[in-house]
Amino acid sequence: MSILSKFEHLAQTYDRLGPVDSNPLKVTFDRILSSTEGLVNGRQTILFGTNNYLGLTFDEGCIEQSVKAVRSFGTGTTGSRVANGSYSGHRDLELSLADFYGRRHGMVFSTGYQANLSMLSTLAGHGDHLILDSDSHASIYDGARLGHAEVIRFRHNDADDLHKRLRRLKDHPGSKLIVVEGIYSMLGDSAPLVEIAQVKREMDAYLLVDEAHSMGVLGKTGRGLSESAGVEADVDFIVGTFSKSLGSVGGFCVSDIEGFEVLRVACRPYMFTASLPPGVIASTQEALRRLIQDGGLRVRLRDNAERLYHGLSRLGFHVGPQASPIVSVTVDDNETAVRFWNLLLQGGLYVNLALPPATPTNKPLLRASISAAHTPRQIDTALALFADIGQRLGVLPVPAEKSPVAMVA
Amino acid sequence: MTSSTNDIRVHVTGALQAAVLRPAEIEGRTRIVQDLGLDSLAVMNLMMALEDHYDVSIPLDRVAEIVTVDDLVRAVTQLTQNERA
Repeated sequence: MSILSKFEHLAQTYDRLGPVDSNPLKVTFDRILSSTEGLVNGRQTILFGTNNYLGLTFDEGCIEQSVKAVRSFGTGTTGSRVANGSYSGHRDLELSLADFYGRRHGMVFSTGYQANLSMLSTLAGHGDHLILDSDSHASIYDGARLGHAEVIRFRHNDADDLHKRLRRLKDHPGSKLIVVEGIYSMLGDSAPLVEIAQVKREMDAYLLVDEAHSMGVLGKTGRGLSESAGVEADVDFIVGTFSKSLGSVGGFCVSDIEGFEVLRVACRPYMFTASLPPGVIASTQEALRRLIQDGGLRVRLRDNAERLYHGLSRLGFHVGPQASPIVSVTVDDNETAVRFWNLLLQGGLYVNLALPPATPTNKPLLRASISAAHTPRQIDTALALFADIGQRLGVLPVPAEKSPVAMVA
Repeated sequence: MTSSTNDIRVHVTGALQAAVLRPAEIEGRTRIVQDLGLDSLAVMNLMMALEDHYDVSIPLDRVAEIVTVDDLVRAVTQLTQNERA
């Protein structure tokens, strides 16, 4: 009996997904050629599973700033900001983020996961209540578990259910913090934020919106769902990440709340983690500048998202409820999904494979994320591959006459 | 809501019978996931239906402790009694 015996079931599932060269959980990119292409098993592959929404990972300006920062400040900070002090870049980035969102305060974390871990575990303490959407990201659930608040979940995207949960708590003292996401990472759907903000006001709760997948994607200026829904004044805390539209790694929180700075000595995941290295801070700062100045990136992203979403939908695939840069195709069973994923990769297309229980519908998902940097041709190649493989595996009905799309593949 | 433990047991058992979609012997010590084979989504939907029916919210730390039918009945009973208190 090993200490790892309890994971036997998990290990079996993991191994059943196939050998190294065809196991979706073991995929390795030998080289990354651009923000939309890489080399996998020696094959040139179009990347449709990167969350690289604005395609900034190879932006010349971002690379240049990053290189400059490494030369001036070194490769790492080698410690936490509370213990070792901050570099000017950390504070500058916090000021830029706060300014972008029109908030008084900003705080940067070493990952997006840690931003949620920090904020949720610290904001809601003993006697407080966290009310989470049931489809929340693991970082939200884990942040909730790390803290001492009572945690309740409401039905996904159901403002009435949220209202009910808060009504049941109305005689309980303590703060109530509602947590929702701008775009949910599995199906690409958004929270009904207008209705949720209304519940928040009526029930006197706090509202935190995780804009990880919606920053730089939604809203007139790219501030996310809070902006596009027109309820920024109701959102007390915005959490986000640098590892999607900003093309690096890290997380942040911005807020107008009085006394925000105390969080720097109250958030344990912030206090006891090494801070982001200078190269990451510098590229992120430059990517934020690009996000703000180049509204065309968002227009291209939206066009690309619609091309892929409507294309897959027209082919007859079961996709999520709305067009967004996350487009997921539901497949009935794991075996078909793994075969589908492998055939896509062999055809030169990389997407993510999400398996239950990590999926909201308990069915496997072929999850594609689109970028402003994708060309219409790359998207059409993806659509043709999906159509061909979908028919071969019986996920799509085979047409009487072969369609032009299938012949392209 | 003034349900007795027995009423709650009858209702919970009925809800579980409906969720497993095939006749199953459901006793107090029946384990909801291992014995009835319900997946995580089915368990969540079942919990939420019970929460609606009894107008309570089962906190996640309590959900984590529920293994058997008895555990579930006990959690719902305690929460409904707290509501009345």
